[in-house]
Order: sequence, then C-alpha cells, then structure tokens
Amino acid sequence: MKFFKSLSTGQRTIALSLGFMLVLSIVRLFTNADDLTSSGTISSTLRVATPILLAGLAGVWAERVGIVNIGIEGMMIIGTWFGGYGAWKWGSWAGIGLAIIAGSLVGLLHALATVRFNVNHVVSGIAINILAAGTTEYLSIIFFKGQQGGGESQSPAGKGGYGQFDMPFLSGGRIGSWRSPDMMGWIEKKHNLPLLPDLAGFVRGLCSDIYIPTIVAIALVPITAYILWRTRFGLRVRSSGESPQAGESLGVPINRLRYQAMAISGGLAAFGGAYLSCVFTSTYRQGQTGGQGYIGLATTIFGNWTPFGVFRGAILFGFPSALKFRDEKNVPALLLVIAVILVAASIVSLLRNKHLLATGLLIGAAVSAATYFLVDAVPQEFVAATPYIVTILVLAGAQQQLRPPAHAGIAYRAGENH
Amino acid sequence: MKNQRLQRMLVTSASSLLAVFVALCICAVILLITGKDPIEAYKTLFGAAGDTKVLQGALNRATPLMISASAVAIGFKMNLFNIGVEGQMRVSLLATAVAGAAIHLPAPIHVLFCLVVAMATGALWAAFAGWLKVKRGVNEVISTIMLNFVALSLVAWAFDAFFRVDSATGSLLVKTKELPSSAWFPDIVDRRLNGMFFVAVLVLVLFYVLVWKTKFGFQLRASGANPGASRVTGVNPKRMIMISMLLSGALAGLVGMRSLLGDVHAYQNNLAEQQGFNGIAVALLGRNHPLGIFISALLFGYLGEASGRLQLIDIPKEITTIMTGIIVLAVVIINEAVKRWDDRRIQHKAALALEAVAVAA
Repeated sequence: MKFFKSLSTGQRTIALSLGFMLVLSIVRLFTNADDLTSSGTISSTLRVATPILLAGLAGVWAERVGIVNIGIEGMMIIGTWFGGYGAWKWGSWAGIGLAIIAGSLVGLLHALATVRFNVNHVVSGIAINILAAGTTEYLSIIFFKGQQGGGESQSPAGKGGYGQFDMPFLSGGRIGSWRSPDMMGWIEKKHNLPLLPDLAGFVRGLCSDIYIPTIVAIALVPITAYILWRTRFGLRVRSSGESPQAGESLGVPINRLRYQAMAISGGLAAFGGAYLSCVFTSTYRQGQTGGQGYIGLATTIFGNWTPFGVFRGAILFGFPSALKFRDEKNVPALLLVIAVILVAASIVSLLRNKHLLATGLLIGAAVSAATYFLVDAVPQEFVAATPYIVTILVLAGAQQQLRPPAHAGIAYRAGENH
Repeated sequence: MKNQRLQRMLVTSASSLLAVFVALCICAVILLITGKDPIEAYKTLFGAAGDTKVLQGALNRATPLMISASAVAIGFKMNLFNIGVEGQMRVSLLATAVAGAAIHLPAPIHVLFCLVVAMATGALWAAFAGWLKVKRGVNEVISTIMLNFVALSLVAWAFDAFFRVDSATGSLLVKTKELPSSAWFPDIVDRRLNGMFFVAVLVLVLFYVLVWKTKFGFQLRASGANPGASRVTGVNPKRMIMISMLLSGALAGLVGMRSLLGDVHAYQNNLAEQQGFNGIAVALLGRNHPLGIFISALLFGYLGEASGRLQLIDIPKEITTIMTGIIVLAVVIINEAVKRWDDRRIQHKAALALEAVAVAA
C-alpha cells in the first residue's frame, strides 16, 4: 500500500494498467478466449471508443466553462447527418469538416440560449436534442430521398475513405514499398505464454489498421488537457466554470469564453457523430448515434471532468462492445475479469478496515464468477446497459472522489451578483 | 390581488402563444428555404381541424401527453427534473402487461388492478432516482437519464428472455401474452378515441387539487421555491423529494396505459415509444399548470395527428418535430424575458411608491 502511494499519478496508471493486463492474461489462459487481448479486439475497441471519447471531450469543454450540455446527443446527430452529406457530395474529409462547422453552430445555439437568454441548461439541451432529431429527419427526406443508394432515413454512400496506418516493424507496416516484419503479430500468436502475447496484442492493436481520424481524436485528449490546464485561455475557461463572479471581477470576459467553449464542445460532439457516418461506416443512418452522446456524458462524469479520465472511460465502455463485435463467445470471460478485479478491490478495502465494503465486493465477485459458470452467453442488453450502470454506481459510491466544476449548470448573468 | 393574478395569467398565456407563433414563423422560413410553400403547408395542417376524425385522433394522442406532462410538472413544482418518465413508463408497461395477463378478474376490477400495478412499478423505478438523490446526493437529471437506458435494456432483455410469445399467425411482431378482454379499457369512439382520455383529465384535476388546494401541495411548492425557508418551518426537504419523485413515477406508470389497455392489449417493442419523453415539452409549454398542460397536450396531439396530411402535399411531416423543438426553446426564452421585464416593472413601481412616501414626509 505504502509503496503504491509513493508512486506518481502517471506511474500508478501504468502499474494499474499492467495489473489489469495481467488479470486479462490469466483469464485468457484459463478460458481460451483468445480474443480477449488480441490486436483485433484492441483496434476494434479504439474504433468503438472514438465517438464516445469525442462526446466525452465535448462534455468536458462544456462543463468546464460552466454549461451543462445534455444536448451532446443532438449535436452528434447533427454531426452524423452533415458528415454523411459532406462525404456523399465532396468526400470523407469534407464530411468531417462540414459536421464540425454544423456542430459548432448548434453549440453556439446552446450558448445563446443559456448565456444570452439565461435558459435552464437542461431544458435547452433537451430542446436541442428534439430539434436535431427533427431537422435531420426532415433534411434526409429533402436531400437523400430518391437519390441512388439514399432514402428517407439514409444517405447515399460517401466518397473515398481515410488513410489507414500501420507502424513499421511493430505491426508490419510498409516503408516505401518494403513490407517490414510484423514482430508483434508473431509474438501475439504464441498463445500458450502468459502476459507476453497479451502485451504484444495490445501494442499491435494500438498501431495497426488505425484510421487517421482516430489518431486525431486521441491526440485531442492531451491537446485538451494542455489547453485547459497549461494556457491562459484554459485557466479562464475553468474559472468560468468554477466561479464566474471571481473571473469577472478580474476582467475575464465570461460570456465570450462561454460562446467559444460551447462552439468547441459542439464541434467535438459533431466530429464524434461524423466519425460514425464517415469513418466507422460510410453512410448516414437515422438513429445511428443510439444514445452514444449520453454515454459520452457518462464518461465526462466517470472521468471526473478530465480529458484523460474521459479517455479511460471511453476505452472501458467501448471494450465490451468491441469484444461482442469480434465474437459473442468472448463476452462471458469478462465476468471472470470482473470477479478477479472485485476480489482485488475487496482485499484493498479490507486493508483499509472497511469490512462491510469488502464483504459486499466479495459477494459481487462470487456472483460474477458463478454467473460465468452458469451461462453460455451474456445477453447483449447487459453489454449495452453497462456504461449507464457503472456511471450510476460511481455516482452513488464514489461521490466524494468526484469533483465537478463548481458552477456548472447554475444560472449566471454577467454584471449581476447572484 | 385577484386582478394581479388575472394579469399574470394573461401574461403567461400570451407568452406561450407568442412562442407557438415564433415557432410557426421559423418553420415557415425553413419550409421556404427548402423549396416548400409554407402557406399551403399551414393550410393543410390546420385545415384538418374541420375533420372530426382528426380531432378524435388528436384527443387520443393528447391522452398520454397530459399524463406524462403532469408527471414532469409535479417534479418541476419541487424543482426536480424527472427526465426519467420514459424509462419509468417502459418498466411499468412490461410489468403491467405480464401481471394483467396472469390473472382473471371481473372487468372493472381487472382494469383497476392493471392501473395500480402500473403506478406501483413506475413509482418503484422512480424511487431509485429519488433514493440516489436523497441518500447519495446524485443529481436527478443524470441519474434519470442513465436509468432510462438501464430500463430500456432491462425491459428489452426480460421481454426477450421470458415473456415473448411467438405469434401463431407468423407475424414478425412478437408480443407478450394478450390481456384478457376484462382488462381492456373501453373506447369512447371505436378505434379512434380511448376512454383513458377521461382518466388523463381526472389526473389533471387531481393534480390541480393536490398542488394548489392541499397542505401538502403548499409545502411542495414552498419547498421547491425556497428549500431553506421551508425547512425552517418544519418541512423535510428530503421527504418532499422522495414523495414527489414517487408521485411523478406513479403518473409515469400511467402514461403508457392508453396504448397497452386501450389499443394493443399486449406488450411489444416500441409500444408507446417517446410518449414519456414528449411530456417534457408539453409541461414546459403548459407552464406546469393543469390548464396549460391540457391545452398544450391538445396542440401537440393535434400536430401529431394532422402532420400525416402534410405528406399528401409532399412535405415531410418531420417539420412538426422541428416545430416542437423550437416551441420548447422559444417558450423558455420568452418566459425568461417576460420574467425579467416583470421584475423590472415591479421594482419601478416600488421605487415610485417609495418616492411618493418620501415626498409626503
């Protein structure tokens, strides 16, 4: 325990990740669910997690500036439509660009309502979700119906794809015309070894078949962290979310910042939407987002309103879905993973003299393990509900550890002391 | 005093009307931009009011909206935002469909039994959010959104795993076991207007009496308006939160009953979809007042019913969804503006009165 506490945050993260890897590796050896840590699963997780990640970052930008954004889902929907339209007319990158512009405008609308007109943030967000759904359905009928490959609820296929990227040596990428050896792929196939193939699968998954928009999205995590915590603009944004009166007294233009941050938030959410309609697939479909905007909102909370936390949440929430995409048979192995983690958590809380919590966690572990031996398949509804249940549990159990921006969602008018 | 209240009511109704008017104007612009004739569109949309069938359909569609709007409004009165009406409704739909089909009772008692089960299960699901708020301090907006999705998955799974009955006729639509006819809620106009309409009106009347004419209602409104002050007078805010959440959930349970007991008589996927969610817009436009809710529910019910006619003249009926979104946004913006204007007016009046006193002295 003492040793663990002496580590820095970064070291702790690495230690915990390695520990998690070890658990996965043991469970994989035990259950023969080889896909649990295969490079395919990892890269598929990245693909599933990207829109959630972008929606979560949208939540971070909005809430950090002090505006609750329930409208992320609506902004994503707008993103899927304009992404699909742009990709069909001009190509896939144009789709993403158009989506970001449209999303920023919707973000500005939310800012206009909440900042200029002082509307309740939740109400405005709900209105935006209704508006977005109605607008996209209306526009689809006007623009896509009757076009080749298009229809009332679907756009024609987009033009052109995105460059895919393979790292040389690690995952057999090309240098010029020479194909380098796929070293990680070779290690990954040695399924009988512990840990090594898992690590190899992890590394290979991170650097093979990666779409360039995925790389951009992941790069936005450190970029957001840098802007919000290392620049003057970021400090001002956060002051607007923590205590706008204090910021205002120092001459920070709170209202302008809120418009700017909401435009960024809307653009990010719409990028997430466009990822679904231009990268993950090549057409817009009605209802494509399927509540991922709300999962993004959940990762904002789960990630304690920080970009890296959101990234962790997006990976965690994306992993079960990715596993299911690969092969339904692998999902039950996750129950064992959960059981092992719960046992570990139980031991930790026992060391901290929290006997009741330790007992509860142990019972949870037993239930989870028993379920693994009793069922053949985990119903997909449970996989779908996981992010929401986890978020409720986190909110209910770890409220002390969460620190939302103090002024998020509270009515504020520049020049008036409330 | 009476005069002032009347004045305020007039201002409120005028601002709601203005919101609808603004939405109509913006939608007209959208229609124009996309190459459709707005005058033709509105003629068709509102011309349908002459048709009795459309009006009956509008009342039928307004039924669940009145109930879900009451569920939302009772939370609002307490400053609680129950976005979870949709999820609470879904849980109660499946529970009622299963419980109602499992037993046999004489007709009126069977219907009553179903309504009670619906209210109980809706309240139970809402109790989660209430408990999280009271005991763990979890914001109800977030918890009800999350619980909506949990309800959706849970109900879909339970339906699929335990309660679905594959139809003998080979229809693709799977349902639960059909309710015996003793549990059916009778129609007023055959296949057009269900008797649940009267239940919805009764809910609105009871809502009015409870919130404005009882001690509990007074405490509820006081606790919502100023939790600190009402706590000093002995009102336990946590108890009020829990009770209003339970009431809201119980009403949410009733929302889907027009579709279940009065129309399909079994649970199926997509049954009564969005009816809980749409109550939010109705409650906002109706300013959380029973009379306002009644009128707004009729308006939205009418828009939903008449929008089909737009397709006959080649205009997507989704324009009415856009209209709903704009109405919600416009009504809150206008309310906020009017409130500020009203505050300034009162301040100005008070200042004048003070000045008069000073001059007299």
